[in-house]
Amino acid sequence: MRSKILIGLVTVAVALLGWNLYNIFMVVPDEANQGAIFRIIYIHLPTIFTGFLGFMVALVSSILYLTKGDMKYDALAAGVTEVSLVFAAIVLVTGSIWARIIWGVWWAWEPRLTSMLICWLTYAGYLMLRRAIDEPAQRARLSAVVSIFGFVEVIIVYKAIDWFRTLHPQPVLSVRGGGGMAKGMEGPIYWNLLAFVCLATAMVMIRMKQDETSREIDSLRREAHQY
Amino acid sequence: MDNRNFTFMFYGFFAGWAIIGFYVVLLGLRERRLRKELDRVRQMVAPQK
Repeated sequence: MRSKILIGLVTVAVALLGWNLYNIFMVVPDEANQGAIFRIIYIHLPTIFTGFLGFMVALVSSILYLTKGDMKYDALAAGVTEVSLVFAAIVLVTGSIWARIIWGVWWAWEPRLTSMLICWLTYAGYLMLRRAIDEPAQRARLSAVVSIFGFVEVIIVYKAIDWFRTLHPQPVLSVRGGGGMAKGMEGPIYWNLLAFVCLATAMVMIRMKQDETSREIDSLRREAHQY
Repeated sequence: MDNRNFTFMFYGFFAGWAIIGFYVVLLGLRERRLRKELDRVRQMVAPQK
């Protein structure tokens, strides 16, 4: 059943991404000032939303672990954080490439970018913490606390353009009150978001299966030591 | 399509896909290592039973 869902998710993601590539390069109208670099928005925005959605799932799973004590929530939080960190890395890299053209620099220490980097480092720290603690219950408890506090950083990144004066553009999507995009430009962002969410879900499922295997190895090792 | 800054757009898309590809490879390598380890531990436990 799990492998069928996995294949289904990957198929939907690949089909959507293929269709979106055609739309992004052949259908979407040109942006007046930026040239082709504008089209990087179709990878930059969907990946950050996928990443933040993942961090939100990690937050909920961490709270559920602390309240119910079930290790499956810890496995979900760890898996989803790792995958979300990959998508957050894409945001930092594509944003930097975009900035090189629009601002003339690869990086600026302004609130949006700096808070995003701190957010990435916080969740990277979460994964490092998990590697450093051997005892499963202690590892799960401490990493759940880090995940909950780490989500504050996600909120700061999201609201940075409202709270501070930033180089980063104000919202462009109509759902956030932007409305600065021409007709036909916004649709592929949401379709790419759906594709990345499917891809990320498939990755999290694989990651959780690996976590299950790790636990099985640990329990077999303990069994071997008992003889 | 307006071709200004096309190279940097290409870098952006390439970097995005490269990061995803790199992570998928890492997942695959981890899966292989875990399966090998599981087989090894199972063999270690089996004769003791």
